[in-house]
This record gives sequence, structure tokens and C-alpha cells, in this order.
Amino acid sequence: MVSTIRVRATSSGETTEVQALIQHPMDSGFVKDTKGEIIPPHFIRELTFEHDGKNVFVADWGAAVSKDPYVKFSFKGGKKGDDLKISWVDNKGATDTTTAKIQ
Amino acid sequence: MTTPHDGFPATRRLILQGAATVALVGLGNVPFGLAAAFAAANDKYPEDAFKAKSEADAIKSLYGKTAEPSDKVKLDAPEIAENGAVVPISVSTTLTEVTSISFLVSENPNALAASYKIPAGTMPSVANRLKMAKTSNVIAIVEAGGKLYSATKEVKVTVGGCGG
Repeated sequence: MVSTIRVRATSSGETTEVQALIQHPMDSGFVKDTKGEIIPPHFIRELTFEHDGKNVFVADWGAAVSKDPYVKFSFKGGKKGDDLKISWVDNKGATDTTTAKIQ
Repeated sequence: MTTPHDGFPATRRLILQGAATVALVGLGNVPFGLAAAFAAANDKYPEDAFKAKSEADAIKSLYGKTAEPSDKVKLDAPEIAENGAVVPISVSTTLTEVTSISFLVSENPNALAASYKIPAGTMPSVANRLKMAKTSNVIAIVEAGGKLYSATKEVKVTVGGCGG
């Protein structure tokens, strides 16, 4: 299966900049479908980025994060070729994980 | 089925808040391994804070204290968002010892939108995209050295992102 997670992690020597784009409906539970029925909430609750056995960034998300969420951050360290592990869990317990190479 | 609109009875909410606080305090002091970190991450999801309606309640539930405005917190958001479903918002700060950054949208059904943990070694700067139901203040909270600092900006929304 194609991963839902797309990541670009770029090392500048001292720091690594990470941009992630995830495919997810992020339904808030406040929107109605065309039949006028509420679309139940379905959103990513937690997203973690792990480098060298340590969490470098943890996102706790509510339903107000946009569909197909995007996030950008930077951390000290990280060399070209290092692994960056990304995983998410949504409110229905679904999950996805990917490992990206730092460029 | 419960919906996000349902409030818990006051007692249950208090108990949950207390438990969450204890869990956070406990976890903060324990250097945990990988497997534990994953489990702990699940435990730490601030369910109550995300269910709070007002920003004041959400901040109280999340941090247990109040924030003071600071010009060291730089909140970057558009003056006008044509599409409330996708509003690019970012925060950076010159404050040191930053441990978390949170985003709140006052007029959304649940004010808290996202909360990020910033471990040591990670830059205190986050960009993301949020939904806004209507024109509202956007509030960024930065937790640094155990204190809370905030920046607020009004974003005008021409097409809401949370209505049917």
C-alpha cells in the first residue's frame, strides 16, 4: 500500500528541516454530507517524528487541523542518510508509519 | 453515540483532568524507552483539552495555568483567509527552554486545534494548516521555562471551514 505520509527532511549541517504532508480526511464531526447527515469525526490525534531513537517532535491534533494535514519543524542534529521515523494514530485507531531518509 | 458537543458531568471532567495532570507530571520526570514512549504518547493525548469549548478552558485543561501576552512569540497568520478550511498559521519564538507550542481558534466549536511537544534540541518554530469556522482570534501559546506566553491575531474568514 502506498504510504499516507510524505516527508521531506533536509539537513543543513547543524539542523534538519522536516516537512510532512499526510493524506487524511480530518473530518471534524461538524460537517453534514449531501443528505444532511453529520459526517462522524475522523481525524489524526497523534503524529510523532523519531530520530536516533528519540522523539524529536510530537503533534497532538484535534479535528480543527485541515484535511491532508501539513506540518513543518526543525531540529538540531540529523545527518544526510539518517532515518526519520514518522507515525500517526487517528481517533478510530487506524495508524500508519513510514521511515524517510534525511537528505 | 456521543458527539464532540456532549459535555461530561462536572465531576467526571474534574477526575479526568486530575488524572491527565498526574500522568503528565509523572511522565515528565521519567526518561522512557522506545516502546514506553509510544504507549506513553497514547496516554498523554489531552482529550479533555480538545473537548473544551472556550480557549480559556482548553488552556486551563492543557496546562493548568494562564498565559501572558509576549512580543517574543511571533504568530504568523493571514489577515484574511479566503478559505477557512485551510488557513496556514505558524509560530516561532525567541524564548528559550520551550517545551510546547499550541494553537487555538477562539470561535471554533472546540478552541484547541493543535498542540506540539518540543523536546530539547527541537527548534521552537512550527508551521501548520488549520480550519476556521468563521472570523476569529487565533492564539498561539508557547510554554517556556514552565511559564506560558501567548500571541493573538485576528483572522478574517470569508468562507468558513467547519460549517455544512
